[in-house]
Amino acid sequence: MIMGIFKRCFVSKQSLLQADEKNTMLKFATSKVLYSKQTKAFIIPAIAFLLFLAFWHVSASSIITSLGQVPGPSQVWSQTIVLVNEHFQEREKAEKFYQRQVERNAKKLEKNSDAKVKIRNYTGNPTFIDQIGTSLITVLTGFFVASLIAIPIGIFCGLSSTAHKAMNPLIQIFKPVSPLAWLPIVTIIVSAVYTSDDPMFEKSFVTSAITVTLCCIWPTIINTTLGVSSIDQDLKNVSRVLRLSWMTNITKIVLPSSVPMIFAGLRLSLGIGWMVLIAAEMLAQNPGLGKFVWDEFQNGSSNSLARIMVAVFVIGFIGFMLDQIMLLLQRKVSWDKTAEIR
Amino acid sequence: MSNAYLNISEVTIDFPTENGYYRALEKVSLGIDKGEFVSLIGHSGCGKSTVLNIVAGMHQATSGGILLEEKEVNEPGPDRAVVFQNHSLLPWLTAYQNVELAVDTVFKQTKSKSEIEDWINHNLELVHMSHAKDKLPSEISGGMKQRVGIARALSMEPKILLMDEPFGALDALTRAHLQDSVMEIHAELGNTVIMITHDVDEAVLLSDRIVMMTNGPAASIGNILKIDLERPRNRLELADNEKFNHYRAEVLKFLHERHVKKDAA
Repeated sequence: MIMGIFKRCFVSKQSLLQADEKNTMLKFATSKVLYSKQTKAFIIPAIAFLLFLAFWHVSASSIITSLGQVPGPSQVWSQTIVLVNEHFQEREKAEKFYQRQVERNAKKLEKNSDAKVKIRNYTGNPTFIDQIGTSLITVLTGFFVASLIAIPIGIFCGLSSTAHKAMNPLIQIFKPVSPLAWLPIVTIIVSAVYTSDDPMFEKSFVTSAITVTLCCIWPTIINTTLGVSSIDQDLKNVSRVLRLSWMTNITKIVLPSSVPMIFAGLRLSLGIGWMVLIAAEMLAQNPGLGKFVWDEFQNGSSNSLARIMVAVFVIGFIGFMLDQIMLLLQRKVSWDKTAEIR
Repeated sequence: MSNAYLNISEVTIDFPTENGYYRALEKVSLGIDKGEFVSLIGHSGCGKSTVLNIVAGMHQATSGGILLEEKEVNEPGPDRAVVFQNHSLLPWLTAYQNVELAVDTVFKQTKSKSEIEDWINHNLELVHMSHAKDKLPSEISGGMKQRVGIARALSMEPKILLMDEPFGALDALTRAHLQDSVMEIHAELGNTVIMITHDVDEAVLLSDRIVMMTNGPAASIGNILKIDLERPRNRLELADNEKFNHYRAEVLKFLHERHVKKDAA
């Protein structure tokens, strides 16, 4: 009897021990799962990037060009810092320049209160960071104009098969045209039509922006058309039964249900626009990243290659950020919060 | 019959296909009185939905026509509200907003803002959906979605309510609940209803008359069964009711015979 109780105690203790063991094993397993998730999210991309840097470093040092050795990661990094510093130096210079003028004007006015005073604009070179700004403004202008044109056309083509048949050949023909082919036409037309003594925008800016527009309206038109024409028949029937007015139909049914497709188009368009812009700026001499690359290429100093590579990374990074911003916007306006958007 | 509330007279419809025209309906004639609940029953593809769509104005009859209160029907309109098979709520609007869209379009001129608001709430109340009025369709169950769909249709104050297999996609228990709700609402408001169904019990339980359709092509009305059961009806009491079971058997027999014939052909 006593032995029996003792035995039972022993057994239960053992099973407790087992349970404990199981627990720790479970903990270990979950930590393993967490660990593997983190690995996938962060460590693997980091390793891949380091491998890329190493490969770059090794292969770059073995190529000698007319501008010297192809720069490796470290030279590119040091040029990045140089470019940023140049920007702040230039800013400082500009500030001093204006300050000098203000002081001079003040002195002039002291002597003679009727003296004419002027503030001259600082005419230093745009720095790398200024050029990023110009490029962003240009691409966003072109993209915005393109969206204003493309979304209504897309809705129209999606609603009416006749309109779609009429537009489709034009869309298919113009869609694959390279920005480099548009650019000469746009340049000549802009310089003929856009004439004013006090232009609000630079000609080069208008040319680049229009080229961006021409190249990036197509994905939005095509995707909007597809989105609008594939609205659920049941929802169309709801609209018919309610006899919704044309405008209500568009705002309450057509637009919300095609928002995912419209955004898919807009994201493609912005991506294309950003690629096109760099090419357009190179040739239109619009003071942007494209011009920066072109100038460095023409400049041909020993640092040029490294500076162009900085531009490549910046262009890539900005393109990525623009896409992320569109993604955020898409999540915000999309009604289906559960749908996976990537 | 010619002075019925809704008059479907000799409706024939052909659909164009690759091999010429397909005659879906051949001379379908039916008169429906005000306040009557009529079910259309028949095998899949027999053109039940086509009849409903023609009454709704979605399709145009090739010959023959529809008169509602002596006026010809040839386009969709809110006087013939449709409850769709798969609810067809706008997924980006809440239950309230879905009903609101309908009420706004129908009563914009005649009702004030607060009246419209009351009317929307009243209709959601009718289908017992007030508690979930701010939920999106994706956040509520299939039965609840269909309730909102019914509220939307009722809110248009239609002359005739068209229901296209409204409970087809629901589980048995939810379906029974909704059938009870529809009976309640029908008793309260006295709507004129045409309902398409596959479900024999549902047809007998809800209808004043059951219209049994022959199989397509060139489908027409095979038989009309008048359901003479007192209202309000209770599904549990009716389960043992001789009359109820007789009607049930009658419909089943009709459907079964048609089915056998189809197989033999």
